[in-house]
Amino acid sequence: MIYKVISKPEFISFIDAIVKANNAYGPRQVDTGRRGEPIYQFMPVTSAGEIAFDYTATHSSAKHLFLPFRDELSKFSFTDGNWEQEVRYDAPPIVLIGLRPCDINAVNILDDVMLRGPYPSPYYLARRRNTFIIGMDHLPLADCFCKSMNRHTVNHGFNLFCSDIGDRYYLSINSANAFGFLKEFRLEEPSYEDNCNLIERRKMIKHSFTTNIEVTGLPVFLDIEFDSPIWQKWGDKCLSCGSCAMVCPTCYCYSVEERFDIDLKGSTRQNHLYSCNLVDFAQVAGGHNFRPKNGDRLKYRYYHHYRGFAANDNQQICVGCNRCGRACLAGINPKDVINDLRLERESCMTCVSTSPDRT
Amino acid sequence: MHDLRFNIPGQDLNLEPFALRAPDFQKKCEVMITDRGYKCRITNIVPLSGQERLFLLRIVDPLERELFNFRPGQFLMLEVPGYGEAPISISSSTSNHEFIELCIRRAGHVTSALFEAKQGAIVSIRGPFGTAFPMEQMKGRNVLMVAGGLGIAPMRAPLFWIGNHRDWYRDVRLLYGAKEPSQLLFSYQFEEWQKVSNVKLHTIVENPDGSWRGRSGMITTLFDEFTFDPEETWAIVCGPPAMFKFVCNYLDLKGIPMNRMFVSLERRMHCGMGKCCRCMVGSTFTCLDGPVFDYWSVMNLKEAI
Repeated sequence: MIYKVISKPEFISFIDAIVKANNAYGPRQVDTGRRGEPIYQFMPVTSAGEIAFDYTATHSSAKHLFLPFRDELSKFSFTDGNWEQEVRYDAPPIVLIGLRPCDINAVNILDDVMLRGPYPSPYYLARRRNTFIIGMDHLPLADCFCKSMNRHTVNHGFNLFCSDIGDRYYLSINSANAFGFLKEFRLEEPSYEDNCNLIERRKMIKHSFTTNIEVTGLPVFLDIEFDSPIWQKWGDKCLSCGSCAMVCPTCYCYSVEERFDIDLKGSTRQNHLYSCNLVDFAQVAGGHNFRPKNGDRLKYRYYHHYRGFAANDNQQICVGCNRCGRACLAGINPKDVINDLRLERESCMTCVSTSPDRT
Repeated sequence: MHDLRFNIPGQDLNLEPFALRAPDFQKKCEVMITDRGYKCRITNIVPLSGQERLFLLRIVDPLERELFNFRPGQFLMLEVPGYGEAPISISSSTSNHEFIELCIRRAGHVTSALFEAKQGAIVSIRGPFGTAFPMEQMKGRNVLMVAGGLGIAPMRAPLFWIGNHRDWYRDVRLLYGAKEPSQLLFSYQFEEWQKVSNVKLHTIVENPDGSWRGRSGMITTLFDEFTFDPEETWAIVCGPPAMFKFVCNYLDLKGIPMNRMFVSLERRMHCGMGKCCRCMVGSTFTCLDGPVFDYWSVMNLKEAI
């Protein structure tokens, strides 16, 4: 890692050059919400002027650039009584501008999931290797809780990371490619004041989180609460629409489907990103469903995100961006569900300690 | 203008699929093509009962045929091109490299398409995936096998294995139960198992008809026909989820340690590689950590049985 400082106009001209030379994706305002707030998405950009550098957070994550909602796994072409299979993994190189620390952390978690274990995914690897990531830090929204998940800073997984220190950007350069690109531009060594400004900026970001969730020991809590009525209560609200999984930066469960081409001369095998809240997620042939109730499926999603699964070294895969909470049609958000779990438990304990026969 | 094209040299991933490296950040991994299947010809279709058929597959390429090795209890992903994939447990002998036998019930979308296929059709398989029964560890012990209904399909591979290595094991018993006498699959092999493999066979059906001369009732009632030494016995249990609970609880009461009872779970896998999470039980992948589990790790899992 090399640290440099760049002035803001010079940075814009750098972004402009890299955007013009590559397929680039950056945050752009695509719509306005019900309360007049702008809605941002990662979209293809052709010049630096189109990028909203001061955006807050995108509505859906940048996951679809690594795990597309529909991805072609292989192709079959039928000949008379026989077939040929074709498997392709190549992905065109892209540049991804303006990822937030929590988004980069989410990509790192996806790396762990998709590239570790006995069967690393070549489709994911091709996209991941051919993506140039430029990260930027930001002030948290009112409902972000990535500090609680310890994902508000990022140390690896990006090519270039920019922190806003007043009139300049403090750059962390993490790959030879990025350093090569920046050679053409005017960089300065960070001075003592720049370092102080960076530390101040970090401190300020850290202290501006207003939503906090206590996640210490949550895996044990979740195990204890497996049969809790809480899940029934939130499950009754859940519409099983799968919006949360679509916008989540780390939801990666998928289904594999196969469909004929329209001329019946071939077929493609595709994977579709799926949601564990959809009703047939755990259905097996013959019609038996292992998780038929809304509450069971909602519980499963929370277990996957906060208890962690063996394949992920038991780390919690939630990064605390609260996109699911903003996208949920029924108003379910992780903060309320987790606080509910704890509150129920704690009121339980208080009722034991203050019960009349003890006093 | 500056040349800022982002391009990694040698990035044609289709050329070097076995030596891909992870992005720069300290992690390395090797990638195998697991999405390319082996071409298989359906050489024979044996009807077993109204709903089940035995498919004999032969891998077309002779080199791939030699390379395809599996252990008893593993499964493969069978693909009917155009229709989809389904996980099927392998029910042939591990020493048989010529044919792969799959016992399949007509249950869903893919298997219905497969049942339409004629002899000579070409399908695709990926695999084998998953864990296997620890047949080597059972050496020198008694083996008690309990199969219910279609649970005989994954049980055939260990049965063939025991037939090939009969001197490794002492007493081998197979308890086999089904709903109706006509649903006792592989009845043409009962004699072979009893006489050649020296397996003691006990069968039972739930709803007997006029021609049935054997016992009727639940499979657990078969346990009164014999005694076994729990210290020296290893158990393999395959069948519908309701059966696991009764049989394993009974064996537990009799004193077989829970880590010497093996069960084979079934879920609908979509990838077989521990990625899609469709087969997740609690925090365990049925495709990577299973389908063969010891009863101890299954009974701790919520929602497993």
